[in-house]
Formats: sequence, structure tokens, C-alpha cells
Amino acid sequence: MAEFLTALATYGFLQSALIAGLLASVGCGVIGTFVVVKRIAFMAGGIAHSVLGGMGAALYFGLDPFAGALIAAIFSALLIGAVRLSWKTQEDTLIGALWAIGMAVGVLFIAKTPGYSSDLMSFLFGNILLAPTRELWWMAGLDLVLVVTVALFYRQFLAVTFDEEFARLRGVPVTFFYLLLLCLVAVTVVLLIQVVGLILVIALLTLPAAIAGHYVHSLGAMMLIATGLGALFTTLGLALSFGPDLPTGPTMILLAGCVYILSALVSRQLHRRRAWRQAAMVRG
Amino acid sequence: MPSTMPDSPVIRVESVSFSYGETLVLERIDLSIVAGEFVGLVGPNAGGKSTLLKLILGLLEPQSGRIRVLGRPPREAARAIGYVPQFPSFPRDFPICVEEVVAMGRIGLGSRWPLGWSSRADRAAARQALAEVEAADLARRPIGQLSGGQLQRVLLARALVGEPRLLILDEPTANIDQRAENDIFDLLAELNRRLTILLVSHDIAFISEYVSRVACLNRTLACHGTSAIDGDTIQHLYGGHVRQVEHRHG
Repeated sequence: MAEFLTALATYGFLQSALIAGLLASVGCGVIGTFVVVKRIAFMAGGIAHSVLGGMGAALYFGLDPFAGALIAAIFSALLIGAVRLSWKTQEDTLIGALWAIGMAVGVLFIAKTPGYSSDLMSFLFGNILLAPTRELWWMAGLDLVLVVTVALFYRQFLAVTFDEEFARLRGVPVTFFYLLLLCLVAVTVVLLIQVVGLILVIALLTLPAAIAGHYVHSLGAMMLIATGLGALFTTLGLALSFGPDLPTGPTMILLAGCVYILSALVSRQLHRRRAWRQAAMVRG
Repeated sequence: MPSTMPDSPVIRVESVSFSYGETLVLERIDLSIVAGEFVGLVGPNAGGKSTLLKLILGLLEPQSGRIRVLGRPPREAARAIGYVPQFPSFPRDFPICVEEVVAMGRIGLGSRWPLGWSSRADRAAARQALAEVEAADLARRPIGQLSGGQLQRVLLARALVGEPRLLILDEPTANIDQRAENDIFDLLAELNRRLTILLVSHDIAFISEYVSRVACLNRTLACHGTSAIDGDTIQHLYGGHVRQVEHRHG
């Protein structure tokens, strides 16, 4: 750990990586909470994987893969959302199809792009150590969009995630806010892909919020704790992977996964103990 | 008492038919409810009760016929309606406390810029609505820790907090015990002093103690004063022999 701290003070790329992790944790806390309580993790997974199509196409045509990723993510989010709202039954099939089609399109484009095939691994599993400064600005901008949108429309998002039917009766434009929420999920996915890659993104999006959900009963508290946990996992993951030269993305995810499983066991135990105490109190 | 004139009904359903796919659920329904009434809508399962409610709420559009609520199309009138669903249409493990759930009933109310968090006034209104349904002590409780009866009161508070002129309830006592059921109905009788109420129930004998009129729905609709319900009506409605319980009328 001391070695990591020394290196952190010395190397600019490590500092960039640290900042990228912290910026990503804002998205994973705020939007991850909505993904967990609305149970749309599979949808987020579909969006994440379809992103490869956009990245591949952008590379092939010599554009910024980050922009390609964002466009592909928003496109899939709107497509999935529209199908869910109008057809309902076809939703999971469509997500599965989009998931695979996006990957296939991406791999084909990358294969036909001269000299770029080595990037495939970092798209899939992330390479936070390669995050250039320009990308950090992108990430900060997206964070700002996320936080401002959620702050402005917090009640509407809460109503739409909690009870769509009731929200509709109260005159909330449910379709609009549902699609807007999916677009924010798309933006967050693109943010997190910079850090852990598109295959692992689903874990960083859901696990911190799910862990927070074990202990608190309010959306706001869940967002704060999940953001903190996201920052912890990315920073600690970076530190742990640095010494033994492990890939950072998988280290972060493994860390988050272990804490999640531990937390699930602990919260279950706490829950049981509380029930037991309650019953004992009644017995006198 | 709502300001609606007695001759302009709160709900007017005119010759409405509705089918899901090829299944005709409602056939030429006419129903008119005036201000201050407490109407019980009864009928067998799959008789179209919930569908008629959804049409009146504007969640569904009739294929033929016309519906007016407070003189307007249902969707425009939705904010003046308090609705209590049969099953809570939200996950019980959602991380939210009772007060926040009730405060959501205030969305779209008033002239306030409708953005951001719920205001202090909204939370005060939520606590007042909870007090009205005698559930003030539940305000900080997570929604997942409520009993069936408590949850029903909270849903009623959520419907009341939006200051409705019309209250619509779908089987509000289906999942709670007899005593809690009596309490809820006493509460509704009290609320009926200032609100028009339309209530769906499968329990015709029980509700006729409380309501001013019963509408019987089994694809078609027949209306009765509570005194007119006899064995023939029930047999026609349910198409079989039904045990009738003697009940009194207020």
C-alpha cells in the first residue's frame, strides 16, 4: 500500500486513474440505486453490451469511441424502453438480442479496423490506467448531467420507480420520465465502462447500491452510501492491483463482489436476530 | 360537500363498452353518480369491476361510449380523484418510509414549480392525512414493515393527501381481517360527509350496510337502492345460489 501511495504521488496516470474511479462512483451511486430498486439490471446489461457496436463503428470511421459508445447506449436505452412500454412481453428477448447484436457489430468493426484490435480487451474489461485527461473532463461533464437531472426531477423519478400506475394518475408524464431514466442509465454505463469495461460494468452499477440497500430504508441514503462504496471499491481496487500488477477492473469487481456476499450474509443474520429479539420480547 | 351541482354528476358513464382482445368485458354500461353519494360496485370475479374503475380513472380508453368525471374527460380529471388500488402496485421492499409514500400523493398539486424534493408543506399534509386515517404513528416506518391493515390505511392517506373530490377504492379490504375491515368502513363513512365515494367489493352483504346505492356489474350493469337487494338480484348477478345475509340499512 505504501508503494502505491508513493507511486500515486509520482505518476500522473495513477492520479488520473484515481480521479476516474471517483468520478465513476457518483454515477454508480445515484443511478445504480435506481437500477437496483427498479430491478432493471438486465436492461442495463443489455445497454452496456450493445455499446460495443457504437465503439467499434466509431473506431472504424475514425471517430472518438467514447462518443460512439454514448450514442449506442442512448439508442439502445430508448429502443428497450419503447418496447417495454408498448409490447411488454417481448422485452427480455429484445434485450438479449440487442446484447448480442451490439457485441457482434462491435467485434466485426474492430476486426476490420487496422491496428486497433488490441483495444478490444480494454473495451471489454476496462483499463482505467489509460484514461487520458480529456476523458476525465468528459466523465465530470456526464456526472454533472446526471446529478443535476436527478436533483431537478427527484420526485418524478421517485414516483416513476416506486409506482408507475399511481404516478400516471397524479399526472406525471410516466413515459417521458421512464425513458429519461433509461437514458441516464445509458450515460452511467458509458461512464463506468471507462473504469471497468462493458462486461464488468453491471457489477459496479448494482453492487454498491445493493449493499447500501441492505442497511438503509431511503433512496437518498442509498445513493450516498452507494457513492461512498463505489469510491472505496475503485480506489482500493486500484491500490490492491498496483503492487502485484493485476488488471484493475477485475480487481475492483472482485472486491465489490466479496463485500456484497459478506454483506448479504451479515444483513440476513441481523434481520434474523431482530426477529428473534422481537419474538422474545413478546414472550416476556 | 363538493361544489358540484346535484344535477351535474361527478361520474357519468354513457353506453360504454370495453373488450380485451375478443373478450367483451363491459357491455353498454350506463352509470351516473352524483356528489355526496357512496356507491358500492359489486359483482363476481372477472365481471369487469376493475376494468370499469380503470376506465373512470383514465388508465384505459373505452372502445365505444363516453365517460365524464367532474364534467371532464377522465385523464383531465385524474388529479381530483383519490385512488386506492386493490393490490399495492409497488414492491414491498422498496426503500421508502410511509410519510414519503403519502407525500407522493401531492405531486402535481398546487402552483409550486413541480420539481425537486417534496416540500415542507407536502410533508405536513402527509402527516395530517396519516392522522386522519389514524396512522400518524407509522410516519417514519419503512413501507415493508406494515401489516395488511396498516398498509391499507397508508394507501388511503396517499389518496386523501391530494385533496380529491372523488374517492375510488378497489376492494380496499380484500387482504385484511374483519375488525380492520370494520374500522376502514367506519372511516369511509366519515369521509363520505365531504367526498363522493365509489367502492368496488365482492362482498355485497357487507357493503350494503354502509353504501347509499349498489351497482351490480357482470358485464352489464344494474343499479339498486340498498333496500332493493333481494335473492333474485343476487341470483341474477352471480348466476347461482348465494347465501344471503340479513342486513340493516341506515
